[in-house]
Amino acid sequence: MARIVAGVGCSHIPSIGAAADNGKEQDPYYKPLFDGYGPARDWMKNVNPDVIILVYNDHASAFSVELINTFVLGVADQFEPHDEGYGPRKVPTVIGHADLSAHILESLILDEFDMALANEMTVDHGLTVPLTVMFDKPDAWPCQVIPLCVNVIKYPQPTGNRCFNLGRALRRAVESYPEDLKVAVFGTGGMSHQLQGERAGLINQEFDKKFIDTLADNPEALLKIDHVEYMRDAGSEGIELIMWLVMRGAMQSPREAYRFYHVPMSNTAAGLICYEETH
Amino acid sequence: MVTINALTSRLQAEHPMGASTDYEDIPGTYVFNTQRCKSGYLLNKFCKSLDIAANRDSFRADPSAYLDQYAMTAEQRQSIEQRDWLGMLKLGGNIYYTFKLAVFDGLTMQHVGGLMSQMTVDEFRAMMLDGGRKLDGNQSRKTNLQGNS
Repeated sequence: MARIVAGVGCSHIPSIGAAADNGKEQDPYYKPLFDGYGPARDWMKNVNPDVIILVYNDHASAFSVELINTFVLGVADQFEPHDEGYGPRKVPTVIGHADLSAHILESLILDEFDMALANEMTVDHGLTVPLTVMFDKPDAWPCQVIPLCVNVIKYPQPTGNRCFNLGRALRRAVESYPEDLKVAVFGTGGMSHQLQGERAGLINQEFDKKFIDTLADNPEALLKIDHVEYMRDAGSEGIELIMWLVMRGAMQSPREAYRFYHVPMSNTAAGLICYEETH
Repeated sequence: MVTINALTSRLQAEHPMGASTDYEDIPGTYVFNTQRCKSGYLLNKFCKSLDIAANRDSFRADPSAYLDQYAMTAEQRQSIEQRDWLGMLKLGGNIYYTFKLAVFDGLTMQHVGGLMSQMTVDEFRAMMLDGGRKLDGNQSRKTNLQGNS
């Protein structure tokens, strides 16, 4: 049986990927960030998952305004990095797990989560930056990756409660897969930030720290945060944190292995949380 | 016929979960709702087209001819030509789309953040290094107005 062994909450700020791609990890601006990622990378080596289900949002890359889906599962064999205006990131091709993703897709829909499926899609910084954060710069990513996209750009985004319940359904889907596989779930994005408008640059460290403090032991408290509260208190793009709730929903009894928080990275607060499943 | 405007107002008034939908009270924020998504459709499609290197070359070679392919409003076209980053948002642009134009121009998100908030990029960077823009005074239009009266 496949089982979920770990969960990761991780910001996916594009400048982190650009810094790594250009070898700037030791620059004074980036060094504290990459130093903070060191212990998480060591931890991840021990977790050594076979597959990562990576929950992220596409930033108008694979998907556009013609058709906007709330939840999309990538079921392809592989996914190439998207050209976000600078040429595609020179990171390894992301290899999927087509059989597991097909199983998850069917299980989720029968469990009343009506996923869209993508037979072909590119992946942008939302997916590749968390892989860089956790694995540095390998010649090939050390495990297979199943992309799960959440619409967080177009209002209304799914509620935090819906995202948490999707995580729970994701766990049921994984646990009903017969092959022995170690699966990690990544919830990415956030933490507080606002990119748009006169309020650009908003950061709310108090909100972020409370979110991380509450996530493991009392996620129910976070499910009550509505759209306006996220956008007002964590910034209009801070609502990405609902994707961390998918990860948390997929964990039954998480034990915190590591956390890291750093302000600023570009216009954003960078957060990282690593959980081991104890159940 | 129900217009999108009317639909949005009705949904805001009768949110099925009873949650607050008063997001227009957040200062300096243009929530990309269904109405903005519809009105900004072609503006955002233009920005999206810049994902393709050949399109970036065409736009660079003849911006006016390139923009002719997108039948957006005169105001929207002007906001693009003038690089009015705030104006684009007010006319239905979404930051992830408009940022593609900024990348085309060689700008970072910190340049654009500064341009949208009347700060130089150095002032914007300094604000970020100091912990970012504070929530105090930036939480609610209503509260700000009361505070100023």
